[in-house]
Amino acid sequence: MDEPLPERGAILRAAMGIGLYAMAFGASFGAISIGSGLTLPQTMVLSLVMFTGASQFAFVGVAASGGSPFAAVPAALLLGMRNAFYGVPISEILHPRGFARLWTAHFVIDETTAMAIGQATPRARRFAFWTTGMILFSLWQLGSLAGALVGRVVNPTDIGLDAAAPAVFLALLWPMLRRREGRWLALGGAAVALALIPVAPPGIPVIASAGVALVGGLLPSREAVTQLQDTEPT
Amino acid sequence: MTPLWLATIVAAVGCYLLKLAGVSLPESILNHPKVQRVAQLLPIAMLSALVAVELFDGGGRYSVDWRTLAGVVAGVIALLLRRGFLVVFLVAIGVTALLRLIT
Repeated sequence: MDEPLPERGAILRAAMGIGLYAMAFGASFGAISIGSGLTLPQTMVLSLVMFTGASQFAFVGVAASGGSPFAAVPAALLLGMRNAFYGVPISEILHPRGFARLWTAHFVIDETTAMAIGQATPRARRFAFWTTGMILFSLWQLGSLAGALVGRVVNPTDIGLDAAAPAVFLALLWPMLRRREGRWLALGGAAVALALIPVAPPGIPVIASAGVALVGGLLPSREAVTQLQDTEPT
Repeated sequence: MTPLWLATIVAAVGCYLLKLAGVSLPESILNHPKVQRVAQLLPIAMLSALVAVELFDGGGRYSVDWRTLAGVVAGVIALLLRRGFLVVFLVAIGVTALLRLIT
């Protein structure tokens, strides 16, 4: 390697902070997943392969609501779509080619993208992406496994885990509600889902709420797209 | 293979393929402003729909467990007090577990 990276220590500290948060987040996912009726191997396949928090929670949430588990697939995919858009800045930073592309793609999520684009130099951006990605991935798996093991020996409703999923979703949603547009969209999404509960099959109310985002996104807006950047989930 | 296993694998691989598409597709497609806006708004509408369904769906009809609701409201109070994810999580499950124990 050439000369040492000046931001190295600061990036490592920030990545560790994100990693510890992710471990707690992962533990709650593991416990909720088991409580939703998934097995331990299924829970770990989601954490290892899907590896994107909101989609994992959505998948187990819809899968637990009864009916066909396939209703959970579009819910997870629609929430995972934002990772595709993170690929644009990440490609500019890392220029992955060939097999490197297959490997790099797995780590393109909210936290790694935010850390990478937050650095000043190309070298620091690359270092931040990979450091955050590796630490986050390891601790996310560890947390998921620990949470899943706890969820196996304890009755989930006895320890109040049925309140965990909606509380976690609200915590994820919270920073996006700072804008008026975000509050209207959240209300709209919840209203559509509520209205459909008695008439639609399980899973459909959540998928239908994506239509609110589609209408909201295609309507002309007074707020510029660039202003929305800071409302992304973490 | 059970339907749940199949759904798990399809959703997990699908989410990976979305990430792969992001680092492989020509930039012009993903950089379209309208497309980007919809992608940014999707999580807002869907996460709130998930909250509504978790709280009020009793299997195709409206139903609410007030102990779960009270726990989530306690979690919202923690959010209003600017607590982090971990505190919100512990407050919500703690209040619900306590209410279930004493009622």
